[in-house]
Amino acid sequence: MIIIEPAIRQLLVEDAVNTFPDECCGFLFGKEETDGTRIVIDILVVDNSKQGDKTRRFEISPTDYMTAEQHALDHDWALLGIYHSHPNHPAIPSEHDRKAAQPYFSYVIISVLNNDVDKNVIHLRSWLLNEEQQFEEEKVIDYQFT
Amino acid sequence: MATVIIPTPLRKFTNNTARLQVSAGSIQDTVQELTTNFPDLKKHLLDESGNIRSYVNIFVGNDDIRNLQQEKTAVKEDTVISIVPAIAGGSPDLAAGTPDLATGGSPSLSFTREELARYNRHIIIPGFGMEAQKKLKAAKVLVIGSGGLGSPVLLYLAAAGVGTIGIVDFDVVDDSNLQRQVLFGIDEIGKPKVEAAKRRLQSLNPHIQLHIYNTHLNSGNALDILKDYDVIADGTDNFPTRYLVNDAAVLLDKPNVYASIFQFEGQVSVFNYIDQQGNRGPNYRDLYPTPPPPGLVPSCAEGGVLGVLPGIIGSLQALEVIKVITGVGETLSGRFYIFDALNFESRTFNIKPREDNPVNGKNPTITALIDYEQFCGMRAVEEKALKEISVGELYDLQVKGEKFQLIDVREPHEYDIVNIGGELIPLATVADNAAKIATDKKVIIHCKVGGRSAKAIRELEEKFGYTNLYNLKGGILAYIDEVQPELTKY
Repeated sequence: MIIIEPAIRQLLVEDAVNTFPDECCGFLFGKEETDGTRIVIDILVVDNSKQGDKTRRFEISPTDYMTAEQHALDHDWALLGIYHSHPNHPAIPSEHDRKAAQPYFSYVIISVLNNDVDKNVIHLRSWLLNEEQQFEEEKVIDYQFT
Repeated sequence: MATVIIPTPLRKFTNNTARLQVSAGSIQDTVQELTTNFPDLKKHLLDESGNIRSYVNIFVGNDDIRNLQQEKTAVKEDTVISIVPAIAGGSPDLAAGTPDLATGGSPSLSFTREELARYNRHIIIPGFGMEAQKKLKAAKVLVIGSGGLGSPVLLYLAAAGVGTIGIVDFDVVDDSNLQRQVLFGIDEIGKPKVEAAKRRLQSLNPHIQLHIYNTHLNSGNALDILKDYDVIADGTDNFPTRYLVNDAAVLLDKPNVYASIFQFEGQVSVFNYIDQQGNRGPNYRDLYPTPPPPGLVPSCAEGGVLGVLPGIIGSLQALEVIKVITGVGETLSGRFYIFDALNFESRTFNIKPREDNPVNGKNPTITALIDYEQFCGMRAVEEKALKEISVGELYDLQVKGEKFQLIDVREPHEYDIVNIGGELIPLATVADNAAKIATDKKVIIHCKVGGRSAKAIRELEEKFGYTNLYNLKGGILAYIDEVQPELTKY
């Protein structure tokens, strides 16, 4: 289970919409409870450093990765995972996502459908790699706790 | 002790430790120490052969070890080593079952569903397939000349899905083009060829990029225009441009797929092509070291061409362009193909690089583009002696009723199609008919566009010392255009 509060969700959606038709990407920081529940506290937006077609691929530079690890240390947060967008594609990991995926990380995918039929229709889902290197969906809680 | 920073995803294999101390030595020693102490790390850091996985980056300080001494990079007491997983991914490819476009060393390209449907008959050919189609999409081809040869070349390359096509032509569409230049229709007459071609090709295939150059290719602009393309297709109709394209392609190290046509005969070859063994094939100068004397080989405008011939030869040229791009099959590099439409005979000759090739032989003398009109003897001749008269000046003489003699050196069947009252003395017979040519007044000599009449004047001046001969600039066609548009053009 990963908790993405509306304010954080809003940041993710804004990045995905603003970067459309390219893929956006960045890091998720927060806490992990003893039962495995993750709470996203902050995000770090980074450049999609993919050379070539950024509408269908993303890549994060090693320097940005090291910055993210340092950012987590500085704030005493855990680096919980990565987010990226799928412009005009569902929020389901692709084979490219799976091949390059790391264990432990939550992979939050924001689908932005923006075409003749749909205008900025957003879906957000999260995925975790299992022992067999396959993605399993992680439940996303994106409503406000009162 | 040196420090290793373990990335978050791998910390579950290091008892949740972010920073580990390791002994000094090299990166190889560090990896060995880590995987010995934490065996679960091994499959994440090393592949089956024990090499560091391609998606694992190791940094020493701020430098990737790939830019240092790789695994042999030294690790000192105060070195900070970071293991950085490559983070990447992307949307799924559209078509299920298509190969992964991001791997295999082929261009990283994707095809839309429409493109896959369009290119299906290529993709399903064994030995061609998706790989070749991707190469076509990634390729940039410059087609020089959008006339008889350029029409089929452009149509087939655009239809085949060559991703970027450049077109060079300075000409406008003329009704005498439509007999063979199948890119154009009557609506395009008078319009620049490159613009008409772009419209036609874009409607044929909207998935490709077209760049047009409405200009005369010359020594000043050739390198600049050619440099952005992978393959050159030469469909020009004159020797200066042919040598220019050849030399520019050799200087820029690009393959040049060549074709030419004349009356009933066509030629095709692939020049300056490097085969899979790394051997460079011959170029146009290995075949023809020097151009023929000016006027000996007329252009299509002068000599004519059977309309279907450029369709045949241009299609063969397009085929060779596709083979050069995709590496499928054996190209015509090192071979010279000739097709004779009259007796339906094809011959293929072997050609070899010559040591005395002035562009890329043993002692090259041409290291930059030269003046090709001068090289082909055209400018020198024109500058030397030829006196010219414009159709406007001829019209003035006619209106004023001044005394002059008008001679037409075309063939009788051309004369029958249209004439402007000149005395018919075909080029081959001018010397024998010198007695009919006046010496005491202006003699204006014309042909269709000015080439044969220039030759006639040179011959008459050389043999008989005439000084009163004038060449009609632009020939009968220019006269019809400017003075009598109601007459038949051919």
